[in-house]
Amino acid sequence: MSFRSAVITFPGSNCDRDMADALEKVSGNAPFRVWHGDAELPSGLDFIALPGGFSYGDYLRSGAMAARSPIMQAVIAAANAGVPVLGVCNGFQVLTESGLLPGALMRNAGIRFVCREVALTVANSQSLFTGGYSQGQRIVIPVAHHDGNYFADDATLDRLEGGGRVAFRYAEQVNGSARDIAGILNEAGNVLGMMPHPERMIEAAHGGMDGRALFERVVKGLVGA
Amino acid sequence: MKVRVYVSLKNGVLDPQGRAIHHAIEGLGIHGVKDVRAGKMLELEVDDTVSDAALEEMANKLLANMVIENYRIERLDSSEIRA
Repeated sequence: MSFRSAVITFPGSNCDRDMADALEKVSGNAPFRVWHGDAELPSGLDFIALPGGFSYGDYLRSGAMAARSPIMQAVIAAANAGVPVLGVCNGFQVLTESGLLPGALMRNAGIRFVCREVALTVANSQSLFTGGYSQGQRIVIPVAHHDGNYFADDATLDRLEGGGRVAFRYAEQVNGSARDIAGILNEAGNVLGMMPHPERMIEAAHGGMDGRALFERVVKGLVGA
Repeated sequence: MKVRVYVSLKNGVLDPQGRAIHHAIEGLGIHGVKDVRAGKMLELEVDDTVSDAALEEMANKLLANMVIENYRIERLDSSEIRA
């Protein structure tokens, strides 16, 4: 069976090619490339990825303009219909701005852009995206962001933690995120937003392969081994 | 008509940018500033058909992120505009 995925490109996305490459390497099928101004997604998608970058130059707020672009109406509808959606870095910011995930990503507590490999722990290994990891597993994935400081009110944070919706936590100080949150799931479990870049850790030449299990799991979970 | 929308961080939301600006003010040798919060002001030129409800809608849905920010809308009659 083939794996039908789409990578959305906004003006200013810059990790869309890496994301498409990762999906093709792991699944054997090249994803559809979809432009922000498109009104419709290809039919019968198994998976949608919102890549990293600086959509619309981060104008107003990171992800704010992209979240209101034409294609996002289709992505929101697909997510609500159960299609798995992964947002990485700017993609995570777009997901919070669009209301698919709660909270907001604010300027890093240290104000500086952070671009390095960081240690994460897998906080929920039962999700569609994280089932290829073991609970509490420590993995190393690069981050590259200025606005990765996750914020939500305490009630929302409690709800996320209580519902197993924190997928990844930072195992070290990175950006001041509330409760060290690096990635969260929506209530239904089919939308994951994360600041670290798993698509940059899928083959030996990347210096590590800790991101590969995420894509492998998604592909295996959706089209079978 | 000119409309100004002031967007500011909610109380309790950490503002690292404001903190850095505060630090820089002290670096100028000026003391007595207790706190700095950075926000933004958007100036819109609208015609009379734009209702208060429409302004509220654009502020709520786009100009401010209500998770972390508040907004205040000010309609400026030409008589109210001061240099």
